[in-house]
Amino acid sequence: MARAIDAGDALRTAQGASSRYCAGGTTLIDLMRQDVERPERVIAINRLPLTTIEDAPGGGLVLGALATNSEVAHHPRVRAGYPVLSEAILSGATTQIRNMATTGGNLLQRTRCIYFRDPNSACNKREPGSGCPAITGYNRNLAVLGTSEHCIATNPSDQNVALTALEATIEVRSTSGGRTIPIDRFYRLPGDAPERETTLEPGELIVAVMLPPMKGWRSHYLKLRDRQSYEFALASAAVAVRLDGSTIADARVALGGVGTIPWRAREAEAVLRGKGVSREVFREAAVIALRDARPQSQNGFKIELARRALTQALIEVTA
Amino acid sequence: MSVGTPIDRVEGRLKVTGGADYASDRILDGMLYGVPVGSTIAAGRVLRVDATDALAVPGVVAAFDHTNLRTLHSIDPTLPFSALCIADEHRAPLSDDAVTYYGQYVALVVARTLESAQEGAARVRVTYASEMPSTDPVRAEEGERDLGSHRGDPDAAFAASPIKLDQVYRTPVETHNPIELHATVASWNGDTVTLYETSQAVVNHRNVLAAMLAIPVENVRVITRYLGSGFGGKLWPWTQSPLAAAAARTLGAPVKIVVTREQMFTAVGHRPVTVQRVRVSADADGRLTSLQHDYTNHTNMLDDYDENCAEATPYFYSVPNLRVTRGLAKRSVGSPTSMRGPGAVPGLFATESALDELAIALNMDPVALRLRNAPTRDEGLDLPFSSCHVAECYELGAQRFGWRDRTAAVGSMKRDGAIVGWGVAGCAWIAERFACEVRVELHDGHAQVFCGTQDIGTGTYTMLAQIASDALGIPVGRITVSLGDSSLPPGPISGGSMVTASVIPAAVAACKEALEKGVGYGKSEATFFAENKAKSSHSFGAHFVEVSWRPEIARLRVRRVVTVIDGGRIINPKTARNQIEGAIVMGVGMALFEETRYDPQTAAPLNRNFADYVVASNADHPAMDVTFLDYPDYDLNPLGARGVGEIGLAGVAPAITAAVYHATGVRVRDLPVSIEDLIA
Repeated sequence: MARAIDAGDALRTAQGASSRYCAGGTTLIDLMRQDVERPERVIAINRLPLTTIEDAPGGGLVLGALATNSEVAHHPRVRAGYPVLSEAILSGATTQIRNMATTGGNLLQRTRCIYFRDPNSACNKREPGSGCPAITGYNRNLAVLGTSEHCIATNPSDQNVALTALEATIEVRSTSGGRTIPIDRFYRLPGDAPERETTLEPGELIVAVMLPPMKGWRSHYLKLRDRQSYEFALASAAVAVRLDGSTIADARVALGGVGTIPWRAREAEAVLRGKGVSREVFREAAVIALRDARPQSQNGFKIELARRALTQALIEVTA
Repeated sequence: MSVGTPIDRVEGRLKVTGGADYASDRILDGMLYGVPVGSTIAAGRVLRVDATDALAVPGVVAAFDHTNLRTLHSIDPTLPFSALCIADEHRAPLSDDAVTYYGQYVALVVARTLESAQEGAARVRVTYASEMPSTDPVRAEEGERDLGSHRGDPDAAFAASPIKLDQVYRTPVETHNPIELHATVASWNGDTVTLYETSQAVVNHRNVLAAMLAIPVENVRVITRYLGSGFGGKLWPWTQSPLAAAAARTLGAPVKIVVTREQMFTAVGHRPVTVQRVRVSADADGRLTSLQHDYTNHTNMLDDYDENCAEATPYFYSVPNLRVTRGLAKRSVGSPTSMRGPGAVPGLFATESALDELAIALNMDPVALRLRNAPTRDEGLDLPFSSCHVAECYELGAQRFGWRDRTAAVGSMKRDGAIVGWGVAGCAWIAERFACEVRVELHDGHAQVFCGTQDIGTGTYTMLAQIASDALGIPVGRITVSLGDSSLPPGPISGGSMVTASVIPAAVAACKEALEKGVGYGKSEATFFAENKAKSSHSFGAHFVEVSWRPEIARLRVRRVVTVIDGGRIINPKTARNQIEGAIVMGVGMALFEETRYDPQTAAPLNRNFADYVVASNADHPAMDVTFLDYPDYDLNPLGARGVGEIGLAGVAPAITAAVYHATGVRVRDLPVSIEDLIA
């Protein structure tokens, strides 16, 4: 365990070893205790000066990678300009966890698939090539979109679904410089390499998340689950719309709890664009959004649940 | 008079300031830490345990397996209850090479620090000869059938009745999840051992450990001053306790073992799967003509745990023809054990659900159906009740709930944009006494009360202080109650909701003698399992539930619960209401959330953590309105009091599923109610 004093120090320390950056630790430490994550080196980055939330020069908002989930969710600019993000974050975890968890760490939150989290079990994500017992076993909480024959694990985040609907970009740094990754190029479908979840290169450090200007947009997050609080989504919808009178001038839709990655539903957006506000249009968009869904033995209900989540989210955001 | 007043818990300040010493808080000089290694197969044999790498971890002092632990002796399952030497997992740990469930302890690593022990345990390599685990779903009427309570000719009556119902109901495995993990700190002094334990029954625990260690009971002392709850899971000893004692004996140093949250799902019991066929029939006026209850529960390959689902069946309704049968289904799971309201809780889910379905078939109000068939005597034992006011529970509950505004048609009631469903169910629970001894000492206007029973978080310290206060005529603040120590006068197990009723006769007698002599001793006999009873004693109650259902987002919530309990005289209305409210919330979990799921191939419990095993959160609490009828039951003890720890859970789940049916038209006979049931 090493503690980084600045981003450059963190990046240098991360070289040449199986390293993990640790911010809030709400995922990594749990997984290390369960013997799922076995990094040779853990670099504590939680004292790096990456906690600010500030206006971007050309409009929009910059979230420091170490801004906590609580700070982001309750920030006046987030609440006013990006309610979908505030609502998504507050629908997840508990106050205590949100006080520790960070914006950058949440981007890398790992799946709740039971087999992934049990080192005694096979799992292609944890041990490539070992197999996927979830496909024949317990898969009620797993994905129906973006799955492969190798992995059906769900991305569990709420935040990242909202960020997907907001078309956030992710600023990363490495020893060779920096780059900006649009969120829809940040996550990788499992395909035949479910162990690779993002397009981050080894050693790259997330330093900020940029939210584009959303003037004239409304946004909203709706999460459905078994109990009222403290549970991962069975299905959720993040929606952003720009209305022109009662016509939908533009729309962005992302689904959570149903995809192997935060799921951008562009076909649903195409259905909505230019249409009037109506339950029928929303339902049509919801049906299109789930068109390619592939149910497993226990999770077929999530397809209809996601349709209802999206339809209702659109009703509420346009009300 | 202190009895009947809602005073605060006498140990409340200690608990909220961290001053209450729970078993796992105990740190002794030179203490070592043990971490058990759980099997990763559910059936087969241990071929070899290689601890070479574990022993190389700095701080690790020993690793034990079935080949090198000094023999522990198994418990004889045929001993009578009165011998108080009860364990649901009879086989001693590490006593042979057979694995019968996933997570069974196959090794124990002991080290100078917890971290070293954990690291060592992770490095133990176990080689198995694995067999196919038995994981088939339990079938209705599986296994050899034992005939239980029976009267009349239920087959003929069922065949002849115009209105009848024949359905199968299923309840899943539920795992006790007290916040306090099971823990043992074992410390030897010569030939005697002291165990700081998480026990709901210190005297029984002492007897079991003495038998397993093959030493006299006088050489074992078990201490549980406070318990972070148990829900029945800590009633009988589990294997970490003899392991800690045996390791401490071998190593000559105290050993602490704290079971992990994951191990709570494998090695310390659970409520078993039950599959229950119910046949019930009535005449056209809604008078019951027959009731048949055939249940099966799963159990471990080596242990015959009977869930006793028909606990309430023979006496809860007046019905001339009745039959109960039971059977066990052997599976590759750890032993089940008592969980709050064992038997009656899953059993009443089945029979009360059937009554609700029968009411619909009769086109009759479900409250009216229950009132029409309310019992006037215990027809199972053919005895009068000592005190039974079940009809008043329904009548008062209906009034407080506003039941008369109910419209029967499915989905016909709406409020705040949501569909509202209303449901009702009754509940019942045994009311008996265990044997009990109490000593009372008076010094300078202060009193000390000693009893080897336990306060498992329910208020026993407070209740005994109130009883002694009244009997001695001194304030509660000058009374010290000592519990949770097997060296005290033997007291009852904290099971069956019987502590309150059991301690009263002995405590009152001891106080009376103490007033004369300065020191008093009281002793009372058990009524539980006693023969030639003159009366039948039970507690009763009724739950009325409102759910809300928003089909557009498939969201079901329990909004409010009105409960009326006929639980004898209530010693402390505050701690008693706390028990009923807690039970209602647990019932919400049982009805809507809780199920321990096992992998069909490996028989491993899958959702063995608090993220994936869903219990009711604070936000899921309904509004609760609890009323006690407060009729004393003087046949049970001189104060007429009964315990109320369990009855509040019985009946909640069927009241919720009845309300779910009323809201949605979906009848769920297989708990928990899930979103997929409702949008299918």
